[in-house]
Amino acid sequence: MKAIRSMVLVSGDQVSLNHGALEVFNALQQQLAAFGLEEEITVSMVNDVNKPGLDPLVLVYPDAVIYGSVTPEDVPHLVEEHLYKGRVVAEKQISPYDLTGRIAWLSARKGTLPAEHRIVLKNVGLIDPENIDDYILHDGYEALAKVLREMTPEDTINEIKASGLRGRGGAGFPTGLKWQFVAGAKGEKKYVICNADESEPGTFKDRLVLEGDPHSIIEAMMIGAYAVGANEGFVYIRGEYRLAIHRMQKAIEQAEAYGLLGDNIFGTDFSFKLHIHAGAGAYICGEETALIESIEGNRGEPRPRPPYPTTAGLWQKPTLVNNVETLANITAIIRNGAAWYKAIGTTSSPGTKVYTILGNVNVTGLIEVPMGITLREVVSIYAKGMKDGANFKLAQTGGSSGSIIPASLQDTPMDFDSFSKAGVSLGSGALLICNEDVCVVDLAKVLLNFFRFESCGKCNPCRIGNRRSYEVLCNIAEGVGTEQDLKDLQMMADQLYQLSNCGLGQTAGSPLRDILAHFRAEVEAHIKLKVCPAGVCPMSGHRVYQID
Amino acid sequence: MPVEVKGGQDVRSFVRTLVEEQGSEKAELIPILHEINHELGYISDEAIQELSDRMHIPTSHIFSVATFYRMLSTEPRGRHVIQFCESAPCHVAGGRQVWQSLQKELGLEKGETSADEKWTLITTSCLGVCGIGPVIIIDHDIYGNVTPEQVPNLLKNYD
Repeated sequence: MKAIRSMVLVSGDQVSLNHGALEVFNALQQQLAAFGLEEEITVSMVNDVNKPGLDPLVLVYPDAVIYGSVTPEDVPHLVEEHLYKGRVVAEKQISPYDLTGRIAWLSARKGTLPAEHRIVLKNVGLIDPENIDDYILHDGYEALAKVLREMTPEDTINEIKASGLRGRGGAGFPTGLKWQFVAGAKGEKKYVICNADESEPGTFKDRLVLEGDPHSIIEAMMIGAYAVGANEGFVYIRGEYRLAIHRMQKAIEQAEAYGLLGDNIFGTDFSFKLHIHAGAGAYICGEETALIESIEGNRGEPRPRPPYPTTAGLWQKPTLVNNVETLANITAIIRNGAAWYKAIGTTSSPGTKVYTILGNVNVTGLIEVPMGITLREVVSIYAKGMKDGANFKLAQTGGSSGSIIPASLQDTPMDFDSFSKAGVSLGSGALLICNEDVCVVDLAKVLLNFFRFESCGKCNPCRIGNRRSYEVLCNIAEGVGTEQDLKDLQMMADQLYQLSNCGLGQTAGSPLRDILAHFRAEVEAHIKLKVCPAGVCPMSGHRVYQID
Repeated sequence: MPVEVKGGQDVRSFVRTLVEEQGSEKAELIPILHEINHELGYISDEAIQELSDRMHIPTSHIFSVATFYRMLSTEPRGRHVIQFCESAPCHVAGGRQVWQSLQKELGLEKGETSADEKWTLITTSCLGVCGIGPVIIIDHDIYGNVTPEQVPNLLKNYD
């Protein structure tokens, strides 16, 4: 076996590719060959979070040096100086802290931010997502082999149940229990679906897993399929995620070529067939029954529940639907055991959570940390504080359907139970952090505008409630709001929650309810005093452009 | 004027080939609509009619599906489609000013196509690249951290 002394990684996300990452990759290969280094130094394309201006990036391991932005013309110098002579090229080097908007992380070496703990994103940015061998080298398909050879389906479900893993799509339902429901459902034919229709504003964690580590999802789906007795699966990927679709397609083909997908896997009688279904642009399709309707060739309108997909899902057959981040935990749990997993995070919410950090902070980007850290810690440690020293006003957790967290809740541990006790939801893990320049009426308007468009229109409370709430908020922003509007808003927020058919409508009202609960005075100032305290709304004299 | 597709095929035979290749199960409807939209730039009445004949699905169902999803269009679009993200993370990061600049530069309202059929300007929900908001996508090119001043130069890259 040849000895590798160094690994060179080129960022291969869509923005990097637009900026010539492939040319840099090719130039690196050429130069390494020219210096006779191709046997001892490998070059891989990896995934990364985008940051125009510094893309494409080149990372050199084990030195943990990042260069950016690199052009093909820079490559000869970099190879000669750093990889041949061992001297870091300082003028091209960048610090991980400059990497606003990307994974500010470099294995367990220099530049690691405190307390990051990677399970879901373990391989992202480290392995070549288009090379199955690279995945196998990083323990890939080991968990599948273990399950098929040493564990019964019941053992598998019990292991996941014992781990305490809860669904990361937003609702936090115990994953093992869901698996058990599908396993116990009557029917010869069952399906497994990976919900990769991530379109919650502010959330892009699933995209990174799909683009950076697609095989981990295939492997986890197969473990789930074995556990529940399914032999066919779908990955429903949001249509806009072109690179993710491409990488997943390639991963499926490679797994098929290795006999890791198909009939009689590892010589057992377990067979599994996997398809990709690309979404066509509809937020509602992240709702599992809407997603199922969409695969069947219909408008993505949610079905009444019950029956739940676990008993009557795709083509009315029992169906296991799991989110990408949930699945990305599975192989690690199987390999390391439930006890290992249970020891991470909090008692009722074990494991880690991936957060995307956005808004008025110094470092935006993405982290994976144990469950239970607080918002204050996220802002001060990972986001390096508020931008321009401004004051924290609020954060929205979990995307547009998430909760609005006022400063008083900054020290609540972020886990499912602590959050639900405080009356807020963790959602998808997007953290939109806002300073005092953000007006809650304006923010609510943007959020309701989103739901107004994304409501599928099937049920009245959601279709009409979102539209009407948006109109009322516009009036308040214009300075023509009345006290009755305030009452109407409260009523509509409550009714959206109480009367809507599915999660979209039920959660659409939650930012509105939170704003009325925590920032009522600011809304009242708009109505009674005709003043926008943050100076954002049209009534404050600024010319504000309405998108609609 | 009949729309022509790749290789001089007419729309009906293009649709026919797609259905032959992918099958006429209803589950293939959305993937096939994607392909038609990609090839023609939109889903024409003629394409819907032919699909209906070949897949034995009512035109009303096909139309209702085609108009439900944001990535599919039943109206012709310009040579370049500009998608502007209007979701909260981009908004908070300064998206409003970028939108103003885009509109000023193009002279278009939301959803409009320019008279010379060069541009179509649409707004969209989150595109999943929120780390670098405000974000606009022109055709398949993603631009992040966009400032209002950059907009004219970005548009110059497209003929």
